[in-house]
Amino acid sequence: MLNTKPQIKAAKAVQPSPLLATDMLSYYRDMLLIRRFEEKAGQFYGMGLIGGFCHLYIGQEAVAVGIRRAQKPQDTTITAYRARGQLLAAGVSPKAIMAELTGRGTGCSKGKGGSMHMFSREKNFFGGHGIVGAQIPMGTGLAFAHKYKKDGGVCVAYMGDGAANQGQVYESFNMAALWKLPVVFVIENNKYSMGTSQSRHAAGELFRRGEGFGIIGRQVDGMDVVKVRRAAEDALEHARSGKGPVLLEVMTYRYRGHSMSDPGKYRSKEEVERWREERDPIDSLRVLMLRDGLATEGDLKRIEREIKDIVAEAADFAQTSPEPDPSELLTDVLIES
Amino acid sequence: MTTQVLMPALSPTMTEGKIARWLKKEGDIVKPGQVLAEIETDKATMEVEAVEAGTLGKILVPAGTEGVAINSPIAVLLEEGEDAAALGNVAAAVQKPAKAEAAAKPHLSVVPSMPSAPVTSDEKTYDKVVVKTVREALREGMSEEMRRDPRVFLLGEEVAEYQGAYKVSQGMLEEFGPERVIDSPITEMGFAGLGVGAAFGGLVPIIEFMSMSFSMQAIDQIVNSAAKTLYMSGGEIGCPIVFRGQNGAPGRVAAQHSQCYASWYAHVPGLKVLAPYDAADAKGLIKAAIRDPNPVIFLEHELMYGQSFEVPDDPDFILPIGKAKVMCEGGDVTIVAYSRMVGVALQAAAKLAEEGIQAEVINLRSIRPLDTATIVASVKKTSRLVSVEESWPFAGIGSELAAQMMEHAFDYLDAPMARVCAADAPLPYAVNLERLALPQVESIVDAVKQVCFRQAA
Repeated sequence: MLNTKPQIKAAKAVQPSPLLATDMLSYYRDMLLIRRFEEKAGQFYGMGLIGGFCHLYIGQEAVAVGIRRAQKPQDTTITAYRARGQLLAAGVSPKAIMAELTGRGTGCSKGKGGSMHMFSREKNFFGGHGIVGAQIPMGTGLAFAHKYKKDGGVCVAYMGDGAANQGQVYESFNMAALWKLPVVFVIENNKYSMGTSQSRHAAGELFRRGEGFGIIGRQVDGMDVVKVRRAAEDALEHARSGKGPVLLEVMTYRYRGHSMSDPGKYRSKEEVERWREERDPIDSLRVLMLRDGLATEGDLKRIEREIKDIVAEAADFAQTSPEPDPSELLTDVLIES
Repeated sequence: MTTQVLMPALSPTMTEGKIARWLKKEGDIVKPGQVLAEIETDKATMEVEAVEAGTLGKILVPAGTEGVAINSPIAVLLEEGEDAAALGNVAAAVQKPAKAEAAAKPHLSVVPSMPSAPVTSDEKTYDKVVVKTVREALREGMSEEMRRDPRVFLLGEEVAEYQGAYKVSQGMLEEFGPERVIDSPITEMGFAGLGVGAAFGGLVPIIEFMSMSFSMQAIDQIVNSAAKTLYMSGGEIGCPIVFRGQNGAPGRVAAQHSQCYASWYAHVPGLKVLAPYDAADAKGLIKAAIRDPNPVIFLEHELMYGQSFEVPDDPDFILPIGKAKVMCEGGDVTIVAYSRMVGVALQAAAKLAEEGIQAEVINLRSIRPLDTATIVASVKKTSRLVSVEESWPFAGIGSELAAQMMEHAFDYLDAPMARVCAADAPLPYAVNLERLALPQVESIVDAVKQVCFRQAA
């Protein structure tokens, strides 16, 4: 674990965790895995190996990795359809995720869910949901279960800036605050609700939208994995200690379209280029580590090779695995009691 | 090793496109994410990005080419250190997915195979009975399950301190405390979704809608979240939850508060739908619903809450899901009904008996799964069928029964089946119109006479 201080200090959560070279390297590794995996997914989509929709996470990697590293094993996670960042950060097998994307029987949902519907009970990951905003009441319910079972867990419920306009989000804010449920609501603000920019879809500041319910809101730089992790630690500690929900607005940017079939005409190339060049979460961390002597070029090369192999293995597995058996069509509709 | 750049598919419908222009030329070094070319699809101009790092070795399809099929090679990338000599072998094919053995026959023809014999006989009989109202039976059923299983909790509007909008949960707050009997804000979509999440998290929620009419606010959570997640997760995440509330027409509350949701929810694979008639049904089925590992829609009827019936006096009493009950036997016609309409059908049967027509009345109890075997067994005996429901005719439960009879009892029917439904209009307020809109004893009697080729009264 990251914290080398006595437990009692950690519990106060005001002391930022010290930065360790091993942690930084592992953030780098996890973010790079998401980046390369998603690039491969984009390529597979282009080859017609992935059907339907495919919403890439490229650009937002620091959010999923920073938050995951602050979570404890008993914590739960739920998000919408742009889920693979969270799945990979949670440690779900890249092979099983890629095979789900290609619709194979070896996919994490046996090929029945596809890109938008992936789950892992083992990692307490409850989706992967396709209806914008619907995951927020469900996440509130996972938090309700934590409190009911007194298991010390917190639910992290993700939404995009677009989903933050759904009514059920505010129904959830109300219940979560009213019952002091252990939930951290995370708005991954990537500036665009599909093709509609924040200035055209949202009134006011998103992190302040819990204020009427007494929910603390914080805005965090989502291109800096260390800042995300620290903000998440504080938020999780607050929720875990019984003080109720926290709203984190994590400012990020997606480089790709809303989904693969988005030509991206609603923003300029220069805008995308600027984010890539100046704010890329992976490049920034790389520069920082090299500058501060936390890693050598050799370390980074080694990680890159490792990731390349993992993604290649996942890609191969996803192409060579068989499609689901036809007999699977009517299974998993109901649990036979 | 060289890497082929293939014509990408950029929408679910795209089959070919035009190479509008190349942004890199042969010999350029490219990094992952850099734009190589622009292509025009049927919908828009899109960019092709490099996935691998390398040198653009050769452009295979020049700018301006139209009708380039997806997945055909458009360029070749050379890896670090490779020279153009490697371009010799550029004809590798895209790996095709391993096709699973095609299904032997299309699944369009899936018709549930019929259980060979009716199954009502396996229902236990109980010697001792007590008289209870449907309301008390529901409360007892829920309370017994909450004593038995600490994961079960009740959440809904006015269920706790107010003691239940219809007093179904009266006294439960006192027994189980505010952590397990919880007043919700008026926030149907929110608390239905919260229930689904709690079920994912290992609890067994009973979500009470004050009226099932309000469940339409929450229908996305019921259908898209509760019913489909087990399937979408390949069997990994189940949702043991009961959504219950009063359903149908409670009387004089007009269109928005009076509607039967049996066919709405029964349409959805992944849901079970139960509709008790009497107190024994109510208690036996609510217990079964709570113990079931799947999402269950439990349709109660306000006009039945205060009615009294005999209930087995046995701590182990429970009813199976998916078993209909023959309420009275008869050889001339089968009347199938559920919920409050079972009582109306029984009154009609009594009236018909006076005229010499012996009706067999079947109480469905479970809408989905449907006990087709019991209905078919009855129709084989009577050759005539009338369905009765408080919902609208179009795509209603009667429609489903008609289809089932076509599939399983076509040769046994001596007359076309008749449906008695609510009028095909929103429910009116005025006393006379409301009465006209809902199935009455006389409308059932008329329908029976019609299928028996007797003169209607």
